[in-house]
Amino acid sequence: MTTVEERPHTGFGRTLRKEDVRLVRGKGNYVDDVRLPGMLHGALLRSPYAHAKINSIDTSAAEALPGVKAVVTGETLKGLGLAWMPTLSYDVQAVLATDKVRYQGQEVAFVIAEDHYTARDAVELIEVDYEPLPVVFDAKRALEPDAPVIRDDKEDQRDNHIFDWESGDAARTEEVFANAEVVVAEDILYPRVHPAPLETCGSVADMDPVTGKLTLWTTSQAPHAHRTVYALVAGLPEHKIRVIAPDIGGGFGGKVGIYPGYVMSIVGSIVTGRPVKWVEDRAEHLMSTAFARDYHMRGEIAATKDGKILGLRVKVIADHGAFNATAQPTKFPAGFFHVFTGSYDLRAAHCAVTGVYTNKAPGGVAYACSFRITEAVYLVERMVDVLAYELKADPAELRMKNLLKPDQFPYTTQTGWEYDSGDYPKALQLAMEMAGYDELRREQAEKRERGELMGVGIAFFTEAVGAGPRKHMDILGLGMADGAELRIHPTGKAVLRISVKTQGQGHETTFAQIVGNELGLPTADIEVVHGDTDQTPFGLGTYGSRSTPVSGAATALVARKIRDKAKIVASAMLEVSPDDLEWAGNRWHVKGDPEQGKTIQEIALAAHSSLELPEGVEGHLDATTVYNPPNLTYPFGAYICVVDVDKGTGAVKVRRFIAVDDCGVRINPMIVEGQVHGGLADGVGMALMQVMAFDEEGNHLGASFMDYLLPTSLECPSWELGETVTPSPHHPIGAKGVGESATVGSPAAVVNAVLDAIRPYGVRHADMPLTPAAVWAAMQGRPIRTDLAIP
Amino acid sequence: MQVPAPFTYERATSVEHAIELLGQLGPEARVVAGGHSLIPMMKLRLARPDALVDINDLGAELAQIRVDGDALVIGALARHADVLASAVVGEHFPIFHDAERVIADPVVRNFGTVGGSLCQADPAEDLAAVFAALDAVAVLRGAAGVREVRVRELHVGPYETVLAPDELMLELRVPIRPGGGSAYEKVERRVGDYPVAAAGAAVWLDGDTVRDVGIGLTAVGAEHFTAPAAEEALRGQPATEESFQAAARLAAEHCNPSADQRGPVDYKRHLAAELTTRALRRAAARARGQEA
Repeated sequence: MTTVEERPHTGFGRTLRKEDVRLVRGKGNYVDDVRLPGMLHGALLRSPYAHAKINSIDTSAAEALPGVKAVVTGETLKGLGLAWMPTLSYDVQAVLATDKVRYQGQEVAFVIAEDHYTARDAVELIEVDYEPLPVVFDAKRALEPDAPVIRDDKEDQRDNHIFDWESGDAARTEEVFANAEVVVAEDILYPRVHPAPLETCGSVADMDPVTGKLTLWTTSQAPHAHRTVYALVAGLPEHKIRVIAPDIGGGFGGKVGIYPGYVMSIVGSIVTGRPVKWVEDRAEHLMSTAFARDYHMRGEIAATKDGKILGLRVKVIADHGAFNATAQPTKFPAGFFHVFTGSYDLRAAHCAVTGVYTNKAPGGVAYACSFRITEAVYLVERMVDVLAYELKADPAELRMKNLLKPDQFPYTTQTGWEYDSGDYPKALQLAMEMAGYDELRREQAEKRERGELMGVGIAFFTEAVGAGPRKHMDILGLGMADGAELRIHPTGKAVLRISVKTQGQGHETTFAQIVGNELGLPTADIEVVHGDTDQTPFGLGTYGSRSTPVSGAATALVARKIRDKAKIVASAMLEVSPDDLEWAGNRWHVKGDPEQGKTIQEIALAAHSSLELPEGVEGHLDATTVYNPPNLTYPFGAYICVVDVDKGTGAVKVRRFIAVDDCGVRINPMIVEGQVHGGLADGVGMALMQVMAFDEEGNHLGASFMDYLLPTSLECPSWELGETVTPSPHHPIGAKGVGESATVGSPAAVVNAVLDAIRPYGVRHADMPLTPAAVWAAMQGRPIRTDLAIP
Repeated sequence: MQVPAPFTYERATSVEHAIELLGQLGPEARVVAGGHSLIPMMKLRLARPDALVDINDLGAELAQIRVDGDALVIGALARHADVLASAVVGEHFPIFHDAERVIADPVVRNFGTVGGSLCQADPAEDLAAVFAALDAVAVLRGAAGVREVRVRELHVGPYETVLAPDELMLELRVPIRPGGGSAYEKVERRVGDYPVAAAGAAVWLDGDTVRDVGIGLTAVGAEHFTAPAAEEALRGQPATEESFQAAARLAAEHCNPSADQRGPVDYKRHLAAELTTRALRRAAARARGQEA
């Protein structure tokens, strides 16, 4: 039966996604759908070696293949000063290799041909004389004195060290640890994984030889940032660059940085005078674009015997690959790892992170990590369970005892971050009630008697999203504030222009709902324009769950500007003083006389009419704003996972997953839940099956979907979701952001559950992914290193 | 997008035509049926055939599933989904349904074929272990005529079979004998993944004695996907947990797994034993009519 709403949908609440009308009909427009007259096709030759000197490159056979227009090598680029490009972390990265290749899959040459098939055939005809070099395949050995130096292109680089960074008070932490009754340490790996969106990266570059204007259709989560970077790198005038990010098939942080392929499509268009399309394949995407994590951590936790957590410290070796190209606020080389203090009331904490080069692809910040908070949450939530193991304590009770209390907010952590609001015990209590926690523990005890393995895992996380306050946070000097422009047409329909870029998050719906909520306009009447630098205000884009916290705030505030302006117009229409008007959700009316009022639609028409407006009031009904967030927002949640483990095979079945999320005010609960569902599946994937391991020659052992596994519906239980709502006190609508919460919080819950299940075997920790082999090996007391080739 | 190297394409209109084309095109031609192994390998340019002979129009001749005398006959062009949906297959050999349920995913099963799976000769192929356990016979036809080869002698190594370049697999014949039960057990990292290890078993009981047994193993380096020493040891023994475990230990000892990201050697060997035991247990229960 179809139900017909009496009134069109307005404001917050569940409503179908506006973008789905085109996406579910196959009418989306992705980069690979862009076809321009005369368009050529590019393909990259990539290195089969992880580390090798390039002696020579012979392109003659490729150039001779009919249909080939040009073959570009690093040497060609060198002549143009374009062989190297700056990264988002103040390093440089080779666009095409000149001296040597530094990871398997690195870009070596670019072929431009009449069609994609010819380009690919020509790539095979390029002959490169490589001289293989020793490979740094293990981050833990990157700093050994005899390790080969990867970045010998940098004048002062004598080893593979990139940076040392620390946060917290080392001396005070040492004192707390020295005096603690219980100290437990554990080595914990968060292995290299990859966001693996459905759509790989690509671009179509069209440099108009007459106007000198470059139009670039590209898979970008941050079109404005990309435009500015292209202007700075290539020396193109910024107003002559138009970056268009059309529909994007998932980003998850992997489409924030600039890849050599994008640059090569631009170079290709300049060289040939025709548009050039470059779209990578799946193996290229998995091998060369931004990986995530690769944090080798040693955590230590200090507590009293009765389970009061006192301190936490961690040392990290961070594998950044061959070029330091992490996409994060520039002053934060370890992202927001400071948040490793988690959701607990600690006396002291300290972390030290050392970044190293290895012969692997660059990246590190991606896969919905909220700038390394995945690593931070995983570390603390594993360490709390390690402590529970040692104290023989119930992990839920231990957490409840140490969680921050509601009256402690706003709370400043031991690393100086101010958590804005929260009621943590309430969320954990709700999750435990939904799970039937006590009953699960009874069932587990019975099963253990019978020799069956069942586990219950808990993770409590605090996220820090919405980067960020411009005085603290920038990327390459660009402050992390975002603009919004709102125009109400004469008939009361609206167009909102925003700087952020949806990759599946549903901005066209939720941002329309924000405007509708402020002005009383139907969601359907508000068009959201985004992803085109010629049509939208400047801003840094969508990643780090920042769209709602930053751009959503800008949207609410620009709508309020309209509302204020509408009040003045309404006062002219009604011939009363503005002070005598009050807002009623969708119209201004005279105080005490609701009949005397005007809707936004009526006001919009009047604002464009010949109505005489008060002095100083311009006509029309539009406004712009730029939002500089005063602080980050801090979503949180309590997750409980229940697993069954086959003791004969080590195979894990996730039986249940309960997720209580508090992301403040929910604009569209359906979209929130969809994002949580996706993030929980991510967590199952990382915990149980995903890893990018490398063998001793630096071969990538996860370069296809046969080797890099994505979870399916059959690995995922029917998610059980709950919510609490603690509005952010500093966000205009109290929203906190949710895009990455579940990805951040869920891996630890799954891993804790598996380890809880195999506790009878005396296993305190085992690294992800907990494949059947890894679980079985841990049960035998000889755990495997999941990030290397299994010997 | 990954794209294959250049090749020519022919579409066969009959079995005779297919064999004729294979003869004309020479050893660098390949038969394409479901294409779910060959085409990905071509796109990765790991396989570079000069020509493809498409046999998808030969369903009437090659896709039948039927009982013919004392044999279940499965046409080489039968799709995995056809086998999974076939009541007659399930009635005689539930091992097929056990295995087909965990082969790849519905998309692959809808198009991938039984003959293609066997001719691809992937060392982790599920159906190779199933047909080996059942001691099935493959019927091949080439320019020289028709011949029959035991599946246990079909594979000569990874991705290699005894098929001549101009030979086509027509069908598989599985002997039907009374008193039998069969089962398949597999461990995979994720649904649709190739097995970490898998074992199939078929047992024929005389009362509580194992009259005959077939054991198939895949992904663990078992020669010809079988465990003949374990079968030999189990024949004539009581159908008990102890006998099954003893046979499974022998099966594990005789296989030769290699380490990869699915697991180390000791784990795969452990699985060979564990899964063989489970498959024998379930096959025996089915032979006794105790389990569907």
